[in-house]
Amino acid sequence: MDALSFSGLVPFSGLVLGTSILAGLLGALTGLGGGVVIVPALVLLFKVDIRYAIGASLVSVIATSSGAAAAYVREGLSNIRIGMFLEVATTLGALLGAYLTAKVSSHWIAMIFGVALLYSAYSSFRQKGDHVTAGKPDPLAVKLKLEGNYPASSGEQHYTAQHVPLGFGIMFGAGALSGLLGIGSGAVKVLAMDQAMKLPFKVSTTTSNFMIGVTAAASAGIYLARGYIDPALAMPVMLGVLLGSMIGSRLLLKAQVATLKIIFVVVIVALGIEMIFNGATGRI
Amino acid sequence: MPFTDKEMEVQIGHMLRIGVTLAAVVVGAGGVLYLRSETAAPDFVHFHATADHLRTVSGVLHGVQRLDPASIIQLGVLLLVATPVVRVMLCVIGFARQRDRLYVGVSALVLLILTYSLL
Repeated sequence: MDALSFSGLVPFSGLVLGTSILAGLLGALTGLGGGVVIVPALVLLFKVDIRYAIGASLVSVIATSSGAAAAYVREGLSNIRIGMFLEVATTLGALLGAYLTAKVSSHWIAMIFGVALLYSAYSSFRQKGDHVTAGKPDPLAVKLKLEGNYPASSGEQHYTAQHVPLGFGIMFGAGALSGLLGIGSGAVKVLAMDQAMKLPFKVSTTTSNFMIGVTAAASAGIYLARGYIDPALAMPVMLGVLLGSMIGSRLLLKAQVATLKIIFVVVIVALGIEMIFNGATGRI
Repeated sequence: MPFTDKEMEVQIGHMLRIGVTLAAVVVGAGGVLYLRSETAAPDFVHFHATADHLRTVSGVLHGVQRLDPASIIQLGVLLLVATPVVRVMLCVIGFARQRDRLYVGVSALVLLILTYSLL
């Protein structure tokens, strides 16, 4: 792809804004968040240095997580204790990830980003079944009050977390990825809660959305101090992704978006392959 | 009347939305000023880190006093970063009202990690 070249600030900002609106829309409709799309878009289309791209993306990730919180609260499915406990792991991971962005070469960051994109695409098609078979509750989960109730089709269902250390460990990894790549890493957060800790799927996704902002805030300070967050880029990206994800969540309530989702997942796979290719050949 | 998790979350959800709206308004206002004061798109192809005064809270606040457009956008970014931090603070208070000592401790630990990263 050739770099889109601009001499003027207004056309540049306008095109970044438009791209960010699309990224936010896509992120909301696939449930993957805007960050995972805006970074490759900025890097591949606008040839923006990956550090500026992840700085701007991280800002938009906080905006969408905090902006959507009121809606998730209304559903009443997120679990603040489980979220808060796991945020200890994600914020520590985010510190490590943000520290690593300065140490790891941008080729590697691009390739890791590509793999994260491919995993996200795969995860958006995973079976979304709830774990009704209540295995032995982890004694640690009981001690830490990692339990709750959620409205299932058969009435109020109680759940308790399992495999707490494993979930905590995966969350640390999710935090590190978020700090390294400037994304929310919602897909990995859901993996930790849904697959490892065997929490109901809806509880996992809503709690994950709540956690994303806190995780991202832990690396934002480090990005800011290093000069990764440039206002001229952060402005159109933050406003665009926020607007796009607002439109996306409205659309989700109204329309059948299954076909749209398949198209978008194809786009994400293509971006992932392109990131890996460009990273491996040293173009990024 | 005990303070339920749900009430706590509703309060926090509202606060977050107000915070994001405020941040977006500040970023938007700074953006309009920025687009009117600058004409050339900055070079983002090569990384050279942003100007020093845009990298610290005190630098940004000084810039805002001078009505520097880039600093105003950055103030909006700082307000946005503050929203999850305030959320954790509200959780500390909320758990304290529920007399849940364990989770006052857990949320205070998260707050400590966030404070460390921001300083």
